[in-house]
Amino acid sequence: MKRLNRDEMAKRVAADIPEGAYVNLGIGVPTLVANHLDAGKEIFLHSENGLLGMGPAPAPGEEDDELINAGKQHVTLLTGGAFFHHADSFAMMRGGHLDYCVLGAFQVSVTGDLANWHTGAPDAIPAVGGAMDLAIGAKQVFVMMELLTKQGESKLVAECSYPVTGVQCVDRVYTDLAAFDVTPDGLAVREIYSDIGFDELRKLAGVPLIDATQNRRAA
Amino acid sequence: MINKIFESLQSAVADVHDGATVMIGGFGTAGMPAELIDALIDQGARELTIVNNNAGNGDTGLAALLKAKRVRKVVCSFPRQTDSYVFDALYRSGEIELELVPQGNLAERIRAAGAGIGGFFTPTAYGTKLAEGKETRLIDGRHYVLESPLHADFALIKAYRGDRWGNLVYRKTARNFGPIMASAAKVAIAQVSEVVPLGALDPEAIVTPGIFVQRVIEVPQAAHAGLTRAGGHAA
Repeated sequence: MKRLNRDEMAKRVAADIPEGAYVNLGIGVPTLVANHLDAGKEIFLHSENGLLGMGPAPAPGEEDDELINAGKQHVTLLTGGAFFHHADSFAMMRGGHLDYCVLGAFQVSVTGDLANWHTGAPDAIPAVGGAMDLAIGAKQVFVMMELLTKQGESKLVAECSYPVTGVQCVDRVYTDLAAFDVTPDGLAVREIYSDIGFDELRKLAGVPLIDATQNRRAA
Repeated sequence: MINKIFESLQSAVADVHDGATVMIGGFGTAGMPAELIDALIDQGARELTIVNNNAGNGDTGLAALLKAKRVRKVVCSFPRQTDSYVFDALYRSGEIELELVPQGNLAERIRAAGAGIGGFFTPTAYGTKLAEGKETRLIDGRHYVLESPLHADFALIKAYRGDRWGNLVYRKTARNFGPIMASAAKVAIAQVSEVVPLGALDPEAIVTPGIFVQRVIEVPQAAHAGLTRAGGHAA
């Protein structure tokens, strides 16, 4: 079965982010999206630890320990970028000023509930960071994840079994097999990236799906 | 003449009492006032409640304070990191209490304390474990959770330059929690890379006005570029 690798998924997400957008890319896999943004577009990357206009990793030897991203990796600041304190940074999220955020997930429910902060394992040390603020803050919340777990279970679920990060907050899910929009009528398949058909995708996803791939082709 | 400049790290933290709530600036090690924390370890105060975004990295700074068993409780958003083994061990053995707060709520609770706000409704964490037992309200069709301000007895922060009135500017993403923690604590203690004469800081660009800062101590830093420290992944 054909499936996208993480870089290819990141490329699909990046293609849907327009010029002028204010965007937060969560830690982990979503940071790959930055590598695929069209260099000809001006897009503002926000990092929760207080910068807008985040640039790529610095050249070796140019690292600055006081210029890092949310994942505590060294980054750079683009010309025109800005620094600010934490309350301002989270006002950008919680105040609805960010256009997009892209997050990883353990599970997304058919109504757009997101689980990405805690596996629920009793011995796990919980850590939430900015995930709950991002989930409710951005105008469009995109999730990027493989459709199936390593055990072959769908991460799209009727109801999250992991502790939720936010309720009815996800707008779109990009996976290695297809992209889905969360709609009032349920999960709509936006585009299939694999060589499988809608029926097979529905079987793998294990939740009711609406076939909206025609709309997209027509568009 | 008003002079908030302290001559030694030791004198700057001398009155931190047992049981105090101490905010410590920084996001990982960026903006963490390592020398002030070392001074606090030497000073010996115990049973502290620490407010920080994380719960220490490696064996230095906040991790060293935890390792010295001076901390009763940590209030933070992201304790678990690749190099948070000191906290992890204390947590698993039940020797330290954790209050986990979503990062935006943490920032806003600190800001609210500094601004004299008695509480606020936030959409963050509604419907999640971290809002269990908290008052909620439906406002204009959206669900919110009531959160309370987070005050502190002391704040230890790191800034770039400061003057004798306590005006501060920061450097890059080391600013993070510094300005809001300064406003939320009864006594804000800033270590700065450089003390500058009054008037040297551009009044249009001062980030933390001196009213929020009680003590300034100069701790020169090594050249910034080119240094790398273990950071670990954290959000």
